[in-house]
Amino acid sequence: MKIYKNDLFFIFGLMKEEVCDMEKVEEIPKETLLEIYKTMHKIRTYEETLAEWYYKGKTPRFDISAGPIPGELHLSSGQESAAVGVCMHLKPEDALIGTHRAHHFAIAKGVDLKKMTAEIFGKATGLSRGKGGHMHLFDANVNFSCSGIVGASFPQAVGVGIAAKLKGEDYVAVAVGGDGAANQGTFHEALNMAAIWKLPVIFVIEDNSWAISVPKEKSTAVSKNSERAAAYGIPGVSVDGTDVVAVYEVAKEAVERARRGEGPSLIEIKVYRLRGHFEGDPQHYRPKEDLELARQKDPLMNFEKLLLEKGIVTEDELNKIKEENIREVQEAIDFAVNSPYPEPEEALKGVFAGGE
Amino acid sequence: MARKLPMYKAIAEAIAQEMEKDENVFVMGEDIGAYGGIFGATTGLLEKFGPERIRDTPISESAFIGAALGAASKGMRPIVELMFVDFFGVAMDQIYNHIAKAHYMSGGQVKMPVVIMTAMGGGYSDAAQHSQCLYGLFAHVPGLKIVIPSNSYDAKGLMISAIRDDNPVMYFFHKGLMGLGWMPSPPEATVEVPEEPYTVPIGEAKVVRKGSDVTIVGVAKTVHEAAWAAEELEKEGISAEVIDLRSLVPLDKKTLLNSVKKTGRLVVVDEDYRSYGMSGEVIATVVENGISLEAPPVRVAYPDVPVPYSRVLEKYVLPDKEKVINAVKSIM
Ligand SMILES: Cc1ncc(C[n+]2csc(CCOP(=O)(O)OP(=O)(O)O)c2C)c(N)n1
Ligand SMILES: [Mg+2]
Repeated sequence: MKIYKNDLFFIFGLMKEEVCDMEKVEEIPKETLLEIYKTMHKIRTYEETLAEWYYKGKTPRFDISAGPIPGELHLSSGQESAAVGVCMHLKPEDALIGTHRAHHFAIAKGVDLKKMTAEIFGKATGLSRGKGGHMHLFDANVNFSCSGIVGASFPQAVGVGIAAKLKGEDYVAVAVGGDGAANQGTFHEALNMAAIWKLPVIFVIEDNSWAISVPKEKSTAVSKNSERAAAYGIPGVSVDGTDVVAVYEVAKEAVERARRGEGPSLIEIKVYRLRGHFEGDPQHYRPKEDLELARQKDPLMNFEKLLLEKGIVTEDELNKIKEENIREVQEAIDFAVNSPYPEPEEALKGVFAGGE
Repeated sequence: MARKLPMYKAIAEAIAQEMEKDENVFVMGEDIGAYGGIFGATTGLLEKFGPERIRDTPISESAFIGAALGAASKGMRPIVELMFVDFFGVAMDQIYNHIAKAHYMSGGQVKMPVVIMTAMGGGYSDAAQHSQCLYGLFAHVPGLKIVIPSNSYDAKGLMISAIRDDNPVMYFFHKGLMGLGWMPSPPEATVEVPEEPYTVPIGEAKVVRKGSDVTIVGVAKTVHEAAWAAEELEKEGISAEVIDLRSLVPLDKKTLLNSVKKTGRLVVVDEDYRSYGMSGEVIATVVENGISLEAPPVRVAYPDVPVPYSRVLEKYVLPDKEKVINAVKSIM
């Protein structure tokens, strides 16, 4: 698996030449590899379980307003490597600002799974007492937030970077956006600002080739968003998200660089969307082969295969991890399902700090 | 020939007929091509007109809405879709500082026949950034006409008027009226629509139900809530007149004032935020015109809080039939 270098950066020597491949796996401690696997598998288990719950009350006829999880639901299956590869390097003080599709980053960042699930079910015990919902998850304990507005994360991460600098702290900020978000003005404005002020920000573009129905090649003037880093004089790297270890390595460098005070980086992670844009998406626009390709590029399946082939883990060890994850996800779902709904009057509270 | 059409198809038909008639009409927006618009308002247009005139854009609202201005300045009649009105924030400068003001600032040299069509409304737990109405915010800005259909007949007629208008028109459709199948929509929104092109004039409200005791004013979904409330009130001997504003700018003051003069009571039902908005404007219009009311006017509006996600919370704040009935009874 190759990491594609942004040619310009290669020329300017801003990044060392380094081609990461699966061999790297042997240099990483087993516990780390197992942690990566565990989190990826937990995310997948979570998303697929949530999907089952989402369709309760929505079959046979799909009604977006019905069932235990109403509203939109954007799942991250197939994109786990991006979240885990990046978040392995983050501490709770580091901020991560996600998108409308953020469950994988939330889980990898350590957001409380029970409260997150309760939030998605609209319950009083949720992260935001049922006010935020699936696209607006906030967990201040681990500095996680996300938004339903495409491109909103980038400038916000810049601000976290300013705070780190002014306070003399070593935390960093990660802003996540999809390939579609890279065409929003905020992306370009934020990269430039982070660059001129040398802020500890890592911009992550999660490239799943689609912005709902619009393929990246029809919306984006360059083939790799990492190339856009050149316009702002910062390192830009593309990495194949099929290989979580490659993502892990690239993210490590970017996070360390930010922590050392050397400024921002842009990482583009090529992933594949295993499901529709949102649940209920008929995906008429999507060629069958594209979905087939996504299945082949499944980073969880590939990582599992690699771990077994290299003899790093045994089937038994993996099964144990899987069982733990299934149990943890089930506990989170049970917690959500058994929690009460908020009192209706809660709707009117909390617009302003410092009072009702 | 008329047939029953859901609102989304009525809108797409209106656009198609104007595109056939006038080659200057074209459409830009996110997922308006192969997808046919997230809420179906451009269904079938890509197949009919091709990707030059039905342009899927990058997620760059500021750029494609700003581009509508440039195209309009050269005599094109662009229609742009802002997928959800909630997203206006990333593009507002082009809308309110430029598209809305170009005609005035240029001393009339530049015309802006731009249609900005956008989805609004909640009721399906899409939460704070995907459920707002916000028409009051745009109506506040001089230079934008604002239309909001409540059924498929008006949807087609207003879209044709909007496209033919030489001014910028913000065309709001309520997601919960589109007749999409995957989102609840009342049967009253899906009505008979003539096949041939026709217009519903911008700036004309409609009395959708005659009555003598109280005037209930709404737009979009709240028109239906008001009409259902009126039906129930009738059983209790209260005769309510229901007005569908259909346009906020220009506001059909005549229809409004005539009704309130007759009934002497006013309830405004508004899914947009309560303060500084449509409900206040309607009441001020009545008061300013010296109409004496038999009871203080009442607003059944969205309280000044962001739209909550949880179903119980959203239901608590959304205006509905029950709230309208209670409001009417409170002033009888
Ligand atoms: C400002 C804004 N414009 C449009 C949308 C509607 N929208 C939601 S997700 C999406 C596609 C995003 O694509 P991408 O950034 O690639 O993320 P992905 O969904 O592929 O993860 C669009 C257009 C939005 N939420 N906000
Ligand atoms: Mg994408």
